[in-house]
Amino acid sequence: MILVVNGEPQEAEADTMAAALEALGYEDASVATALNGDFVPKRKRAETAVKEGDRLEILAPRQGG
Amino acid sequence: MLRLYDASFSSRLLLGTSLYPSPAVMADAVRASEAEIVTVSLRRESARGREGDAFWRLVRDFGARVLPNTAGCHSAREAITTAEMARELFDTDWLKLEVIGEADTLQPDVFGLVEAALELNARGFKVLPYTTEDLVVAERLLEAGCKVLMPWGAPIGSGQGLNNRFGLAAMRAHFPEVPLILDAGIGAPSHAASAMEMGYDAVLLNTAVAKAGDPVAMARAFKQAVDAGRTAYIAGIMPPRDMAAPSTPVFGKAAL
Repeated sequence: MILVVNGEPQEAEADTMAAALEALGYEDASVATALNGDFVPKRKRAETAVKEGDRLEILAPRQGG
Repeated sequence: MLRLYDASFSSRLLLGTSLYPSPAVMADAVRASEAEIVTVSLRRESARGREGDAFWRLVRDFGARVLPNTAGCHSAREAITTAEMARELFDTDWLKLEVIGEADTLQPDVFGLVEAALELNARGFKVLPYTTEDLVVAERLLEAGCKVLMPWGAPIGSGQGLNNRFGLAAMRAHFPEVPLILDAGIGAPSHAASAMEMGYDAVLLNTAVAKAGDPVAMARAFKQAVDAGRTAYIAGIMPPRDMAAPSTPVFGKAAL
C-alpha cells in the first residue's frame, strides 16, 4: 500500500497509524503525527486507521524563531 | 519580573534557536543571553535522520521554557493542527501563534490569526500571537482570550528595527496592562533597547544574534541592551525639548 509520508510516496503494509510508524522505521522516535491534515495524538495512533493514498505528516522538534 | 500567563521571568529577552552556525554556538548564545524562554519549531522527520532527538536534548539542557511556534503556517487550520502537534511533542500548552499572510514580508494574516487564536484559546492553549501593531486586531486577539501580544517591529529577519514607532507607541499606550513583546525585525541591540525604553515588556529575536559575526557576544550585547532599556523606562526618560537648555549653571558665570 502506498502512503504519502511527509510529502513522499512510500510503500508500507499497515492498517493503523501506529503500525505505519513502525513499518516506516519510526517506532521509538519522538514525533508528532497528522493524518490528512488532522492531528493524531499518540494515544490514538493504534486505533486510527490508514488507507491507500493517505497523507501522513511525521514531525519532530527543530530550530525555530 | 516579567509576568506572562501563569509564569514569571527575570529575563526580558526571548531568543530563537534557528540559523546559528552550529548547535554548540546556539547553546552558548542562549546561555550568554540569559534568556528564560526559547522558541522552537517542528518539521518533517526522516526515519533515518532523527535530527529531532539531538536538538531536543540540547534545548532541554538549557532549562528554559520552550515556546513552540507555528512558523510557515498560512491558514488557521494549518496553525491549529501544528499547535496540537507541538503541544504533544514539547509537552507545553504555550504557543507562539504565527499565521503568515504574505511571502515577501512574512506579514501576519491577521484574519487567520484571530480565527486560530479563538480556537486555540478554547482548546486550552496559552497563545502568544505574532501580530502587527494594528489596535483593532489587538483588541480582537484579546477578546479571543490572548493575554499577551507580540507585535512586529519590522519583517521577520529583516533587521530593520522598529518600522512604525508611532504605531508601537500607540499600542503601548492603548494597552497599558497587557504584556507586549516586540517580536521580529530587530537588527541591533539599540533597536531592542529602544523598544524597552518605550515600555515594551520584552523582546523576542533570533536572526540578529544567530547571524552576527560572533553570535555569543551579540547575545550578551542584546541582554545588556534589554536590561538598559528596561532600567531606563523605569527610571523615567526626560521629555525631549525643541531648544537647547544649558546643563552647566548660568548663575555665577564670570564676566570676562
